[in-house]
Amino acid sequence: MSDTEAHSVAYVRDTMMPQQPAPAGETGAIRWLRENLFSGWLNTVLTLLGIFAIYLFVSHFYGWFLHGVWEANSIKECRQIIAERWGPDASGACWAVIRERWHQFIFGFYPPELYWRPILAFALLFVAIGPLMFQFVPKKVAWFTPIYPFLAVWLLWGGSVWGPVLVLTGFVLGGVVFMAVARFGSIMAFSVGAIVTILYFLFAVGPLISLFHAMIPVGLESVASSKFGGFLLAITLGVGGIAMSLPAGVVLALGRQSDMLLIKTFSVIFIEFIRGVPLITLLFVASLLLNYFLPPGTNFDIILRVMILVTMFAAAYIAEVIRGGLAALPRGQYEAADALGLDYWKAQRLIILPQALKISIPGIVSTFIGMFKDTTLVVFVGLFDPLKGIPDFIRADFNWKGIYWEPFVFVGAIFFILNFAMSRYSMHLENRLQREHR
Amino acid sequence: MKKSVFFGALTVASLAAGVAGAATLDDVKARGELICGVNTGLVGFAAPDANGNWSGFDVAICKAVAAAVLGDPSKVKYVPTSGQTRFTALGSGEVDLLARNTTWTFSRDTDLKLQFTATNYYDGQGFMVRKDSGVTSAKELDGASVCIQTGTTTELNLADYFKANNMSYQPITVDSNAEGEQQFLAGACDAYTTDASGLAATRAAFANPSDYVILPEIISKEPLAPAVRQGDDQWTDIVRWTIYGLIAAEEYGITSANIDELAKGTDNPEINRMLGTEGNLGAMVGLDKDWLVNAIKAGGNYGEIFAATIGEQTPIGLARGLNAQWTQGGLMYAPPFR
Amino acid sequence: MTTAQDASGPTGFRLSQLIYDTRYRSITIQIVVLFLVMAGVGWLVDNVIRNLNDLGKDFNYSFLWQRSGYDIGNALIPYNNDMTHGRAMLVGLINTLWVSFLGCITATFLGVIIGVLRLSKNWLVGRLMTIYVEVFRNIPVLLWILVAIALLTEAAPSPNQYRVNAQTGEAGASMVLESVAFTNRYTAIPSIHFDRTLGSLDTALAPISLDFLAIVIVLLGSYFVNKMLVNRANRVQEATGVRPPTLWKSLAIWLIPVVVLLFALGVNPEEPQLKGFNFTGGTNVSNAFVALWAGLSLYTAAFIAEIVRAGILAVSKGQTEAAFALGLRPSRTMRLVILPQALRVIIPPLISQFLNLTKNSSLAIAVGYLDLRGTLGGITLNQTGRELEAITLMMLIYLVISLLISGGMNIFNNRVKLKER
Repeated sequence: MSDTEAHSVAYVRDTMMPQQPAPAGETGAIRWLRENLFSGWLNTVLTLLGIFAIYLFVSHFYGWFLHGVWEANSIKECRQIIAERWGPDASGACWAVIRERWHQFIFGFYPPELYWRPILAFALLFVAIGPLMFQFVPKKVAWFTPIYPFLAVWLLWGGSVWGPVLVLTGFVLGGVVFMAVARFGSIMAFSVGAIVTILYFLFAVGPLISLFHAMIPVGLESVASSKFGGFLLAITLGVGGIAMSLPAGVVLALGRQSDMLLIKTFSVIFIEFIRGVPLITLLFVASLLLNYFLPPGTNFDIILRVMILVTMFAAAYIAEVIRGGLAALPRGQYEAADALGLDYWKAQRLIILPQALKISIPGIVSTFIGMFKDTTLVVFVGLFDPLKGIPDFIRADFNWKGIYWEPFVFVGAIFFILNFAMSRYSMHLENRLQREHR
Repeated sequence: MKKSVFFGALTVASLAAGVAGAATLDDVKARGELICGVNTGLVGFAAPDANGNWSGFDVAICKAVAAAVLGDPSKVKYVPTSGQTRFTALGSGEVDLLARNTTWTFSRDTDLKLQFTATNYYDGQGFMVRKDSGVTSAKELDGASVCIQTGTTTELNLADYFKANNMSYQPITVDSNAEGEQQFLAGACDAYTTDASGLAATRAAFANPSDYVILPEIISKEPLAPAVRQGDDQWTDIVRWTIYGLIAAEEYGITSANIDELAKGTDNPEINRMLGTEGNLGAMVGLDKDWLVNAIKAGGNYGEIFAATIGEQTPIGLARGLNAQWTQGGLMYAPPFR
Repeated sequence: MTTAQDASGPTGFRLSQLIYDTRYRSITIQIVVLFLVMAGVGWLVDNVIRNLNDLGKDFNYSFLWQRSGYDIGNALIPYNNDMTHGRAMLVGLINTLWVSFLGCITATFLGVIIGVLRLSKNWLVGRLMTIYVEVFRNIPVLLWILVAIALLTEAAPSPNQYRVNAQTGEAGASMVLESVAFTNRYTAIPSIHFDRTLGSLDTALAPISLDFLAIVIVLLGSYFVNKMLVNRANRVQEATGVRPPTLWKSLAIWLIPVVVLLFALGVNPEEPQLKGFNFTGGTNVSNAFVALWAGLSLYTAAFIAEIVRAGILAVSKGQTEAAFALGLRPSRTMRLVILPQALRVIIPPLISQFLNLTKNSSLAIAVGYLDLRGTLGGITLNQTGRELEAITLMMLIYLVISLLISGGMNIFNNRVKLKER
């Protein structure tokens, strides 16, 4: 600015105005309220509606929660206590049913003195998935992951220790054979490995288990599947289904991406068929039809049958998740693998799959959340799920006839806590992966 | 009949339940456990307590059979089955015996390939209504909403009954007895229909049983009988004659209290034959000599079982009625043990 | 794997080429897989045949033509217990489609509102919607359906309470607007009655009311006339830059013919009357249906809300700013700029939510609403004992429904997809 201009005007302020405090409506709480809650007529209406909704909710349920009774032995006693304490018209929750039966919601009919086994299995689950999911777990722990499924089965169902050990041995055997034949090419090695494993399972494993068990009878008290119920059942089915469906899911995803028309067609048919029908119909297949498809005379436990169908169901969904992971991998990775002269299986095993699976983890977690919620449907084939099976069973008791809301609230809360935690964690994982890929 | 060794491997991994063969008796003995299909929870007939121990009228039959076959009434595994899954569970060999208040009908006996052993409870379908509705006869139910369990014969009987009487109704389908109770108590249906015994059991469990009445009409015959698979005559005989044994025991006054005494020998040759002190009836069905002694010891004779689970002294409060001995004007009539 | 083309040469073909030569290897693998799959399928079929033999059963669908003998509480097409199992199956199928269709509409409607509100600047509403989404999608849908039915049966009055008490002259409950009654078994709503009805056309499936047909035809006519009007207005606008007013003409075209027709038919609502145990006269919408519908809608809405939110967030902020710079108002910005782009992201996951909702409708079993699973896969299966036939047919039908939905929605998706040039 030139001086001339300054002289040519009559008055120029040469000192700064003292700072004024912001108008009352533009500061602190009032400003926040105005900007966030009442910035226009629409927002105001929404805010009022929101407050009204909260009011309705709280006024309806506050009393019920507040008047909750924990110490009672039957619903009649509950009602008496509530009537005595809060007047004859008061409504109140009868949490006593949860206090008395919580163990059935969690463990079903699992023998109480053996509760440590499912708890231990559940705790070890975190060790097993730790190397994949949590950064702070040292990667060295990863050797535990492949052993875990066998350990968990043994802990949950009990029986001779040799069963899981020798089944595991079968897979190790297959792996060893695969390594030994690997120099003749991947396909050869894979086929031979698979055949040896299958032969082992067909002919060797049964007698071996009997033999070893006769020599060194080590085992846990066995627990029949019919004792499983509640969240123990839901988690077993969910985790088991996802874990067993992973290999099948990978194969299906690769099949669907394959250049070979026939393999692609079969994969697509399987995936779309499973995804096209409701889980409940598959469960009915498990309970009513599976016996038709197996050789006459074979008969399984209903939990195992459900597990098989749940695994197939999960495999189709996991396949789609992994297909997403494969598609998200930059083209350059495939080209780089080709440039190194790796064959298809080596490329998949060493380069593509490790990366694709890593990207897919959040998707797998959400599939697991979905599966976990869907395990409640097993009630319709006569298993004791925590949402309907166990409460119905508790209501069959004279003392707890007519108790509906408390089990809903309790079971709903547990589902919410578990699923919310998992979904938040999967979001966190997603963010971390995005950061790593930048 | 170990068809597949691979599945055998899974068995050893203690997941599979076992392999059902043609001879159920051998399977049960080898397993050391009777697998009994029961209701998912009907107080008085089959319901688990807080610790998962089952008890009830149907359960008592399972226990008696287990005692007869294995000598130990506790060696039973109970598989809860729904109206939907019960026949498949039996047909596929998942259960050895279906003791789940199942009505003996022609088509089930023939088309579904079941073998009904012996009627252990003569039942009939009835209606329950609220007392304040003022209904006193099922004929007054025109236009009513009726709660009905799906997968049962009651569904068809209901349709037939309303049709025969030229009345209309709105069926409200429920999946289990627990759900039917909830709907009925909440007033979602004017009447609840199922077997009269089930109605009594349900009503007994209400907070105010006197507010509800069971209508006098019985609209169907429902002979409830434990069922087994067709084609295994020996097993059918075992279950059938165990039930008859319980019934005959009541007739001859054999109770769990005096059985040890009577088993030493009595003047009555029929009792002697039953309890194995004369001849060896057990061997004819492939069992021990004292099979019926064990069966009766398990829960007493038919009358004792009835009184302990669903009789007038229990909350369910069923009168013997048709289920009294033939000597008392009922239909319970065991063929001679000879 | 190295390609062995040179080694093989023109002279001979060695068997090992089937594995080591990339030209043949894929064929080898495919043939092996084909054999394995065929062997597997053959094994399954063989087992089924042997099992059926052992049980003395056969495999045929003739039961579909036998008398069903059971009643269905909420049939949308005429049905009684003298009709066949096949007809019962059809009733169930239509119930499945009906609840899925309505569920998809309400879930989308709710989902869009919740998704948009979740992005709102309003702090309270944003939080409430977040809570809604998290609570509903982390708890099994079965619980929501059970809660809905429990609420409906426990909270609503029984039809009896609508009766005027002779002594007090008061009723325990009163109808909304004298025409809608919420009860603990159904909601009684008025049905539409035509005084001068045209009758109905009897088809094998269901009678088609000619009155409704006439209304639909008139509405279609109005649609085409209106479209012509709008097209002409567009042409005039393009030619002269001035758009002739169309609003009043459009309204007239839409309303007048229909109103005239309805008047001619003498339309009036038939209100439900309490007779005996229940309301008659109007239409009774069963609580089982409402509970299933509400449970499915509320649950799926939470997922759709997330999809909508993600879709809107996926449109870059520059687009909004550019639209504002062009002087578009926020509502138009949303309608003309943001939504068309967001739809691209929204539609594919939305399709899978619709599929999920349709599949979840099979949870009707929990509330006793007789859908396809309840009729064919439930009562029919039980009464006839034909589980193999019933369940395979049921799965096939569900599969066809799923494929039709995803096929239809994919066509729609292709139409709204951004045309990249």
